[in-house]
Amino acid sequence: MITAEQKPIDEIREMIVPYKRILALGCGSCVAECAAGGEKETAMLASTLRMAGKMNGEDVDISEKTIDRQCVKEFVIQLDDVIDQYDAILSLGCGAGVQAIADMYPEVPVIPALNTEFIGETKDQGYWVESCIGCGDCMLYFFGGVCPLTRCSKQLLNGPCGGSMDGKCEVNPEVPCAWQLIIDRLTNFGALDRLEMIYPPKDWSKKQGAGPRKIIREDQQGSIS
Amino acid sequence: MSNLKKVLEIGKFAVTAECGPPKGADPESVLKKAKFLKNKVDAVNVTDNQTAIVRMSSLAACSLLKTGGFDPVLQMVVRDRNRIALQSDILGASALGIRNVLCLSGDHQIFGNQPQAMGVFDLDSIQFVQAVKAMRDNGTILGGDALNMPPDIFIGAAANPFADPLEFRAVRLSKKIMAGADFIQTQCIYNLKRFETWINMARDRGLTEKAFILGGVTPLKSPGMAKYMKNKVAGMDVPDGVIKRMDGVPRDKQREEGIRICVETIERLKETPGGKGGHIMAIEWEEVVGEIVERAGLLPRPV
Ligand code: SF4
Ligand code: SF4
Repeated sequence: MITAEQKPIDEIREMIVPYKRILALGCGSCVAECAAGGEKETAMLASTLRMAGKMNGEDVDISEKTIDRQCVKEFVIQLDDVIDQYDAILSLGCGAGVQAIADMYPEVPVIPALNTEFIGETKDQGYWVESCIGCGDCMLYFFGGVCPLTRCSKQLLNGPCGGSMDGKCEVNPEVPCAWQLIIDRLTNFGALDRLEMIYPPKDWSKKQGAGPRKIIREDQQGSIS
Repeated sequence: MSNLKKVLEIGKFAVTAECGPPKGADPESVLKKAKFLKNKVDAVNVTDNQTAIVRMSSLAACSLLKTGGFDPVLQMVVRDRNRIALQSDILGASALGIRNVLCLSGDHQIFGNQPQAMGVFDLDSIQFVQAVKAMRDNGTILGGDALNMPPDIFIGAAANPFADPLEFRAVRLSKKIMAGADFIQTQCIYNLKRFETWINMARDRGLTEKAFILGGVTPLKSPGMAKYMKNKVAGMDVPDGVIKRMDGVPRDKQREEGIRICVETIERLKETPGGKGGHIMAIEWEEVVGEIVERAGLLPRPV
């Protein structure tokens, strides 16, 4: 999932200063899963902002609403009927959600309430960790299901570096060395020979092309569900 | 031609030393430091923003040393430059008469004085070695475009016999040599036993025949420095015995003890099959290098 964290409340308050009628808009997908921008968090943020507004004698009206996916047009369309009632949208979606809404409503200011962090997994309650940087050419097969681009601090495709000690990364003893994990996993299923070859330089054009990357699939067109 | 290469190829035990560029633009300070190394070593390694602290560029300092009559080893880390800049600097270095390069990953930027910097790591050190080799031997850059004049470079890489996992260290060394490393300089040796285990593994794979291995040494100044290296420097293995030894002598004899350990290590290296040289990294203590080389019986230098 895409993970995110709420911005500091003061930063949010500064951004909404120019507006009176604001819709705090939650998203029911990834950011709900990581407890940053779901229905619950949206209600909490809205009430915090209302309270702060009241205490400072500000005339600000904060409504709230959560849609299933801010990043998919079909869901955003639900706002068509209400959008005129607001001066601005305070989005608790990820960066994609914020931009999808901005795209749909060119006249309406959309303010991000979250800092979008990474593609990651839920390790435990309240604990998320990055596991993929979306490189566009997945190499997990070669590395035993551990991504060195994401989890090795130096993105080595031919690791480990000279700083790997006792299974820890040189950068921080809290961080497991991704290359130790790769070697351990490949050893477990007898595939360590995958590391005898030299992996060539990564084709980063698959990650950062000219402009945003796109996926176009004709077989899917006209049938988004 | 690289002096280092010459010495190694005639089968002499080579000596290199490290010289860190200044935290400023003063060219004199580079030469002043290097003066201590004149006629004491075969080549001088110039570090590349070591520990991610901004210093005079390694390439510029190497060029100054070259003019001063030294054979510089240009250290280059992949942390700060992408493949375009790395390859371009290799061409520039060769044009300036720099004949050795040491291809490194580099200490992570978080350790230095620019922790907010973007770490580049476009190539890793092995891919970098491979790229330099293709430039030199095939006259092509990554992607295959031809150079109108290939660089003339003796290619080096680093190895850390003390990092984990030990069993994989020989594999990684073999990858570096397969990629094109002509010589290897190791992390500082304090744990001779582990070093010997590692070099035996390398020998079993035939690697000591394929590349020249130079063992790294750093003279200790104090027990405090030994402890600091053990606990704070990434990838460093300082056994308790060494710390005890430093602790066991009076304060005014500690530097002498550090030098002695260093000389003993080099003497062991000379006896180690596959050990082709020593690399002295006397951190901010370049003036001691001559004495170490002399006491290790390595003077005068051959070329
Ligand atoms: S190799 Fe690429 S796609 Fe696969 S997990 Fe790593 S970053 Fe993600
Ligand atoms: S210690 Fe391991 S994870 Fe950290 S940079 Fe080195 S190889 Fe990568």
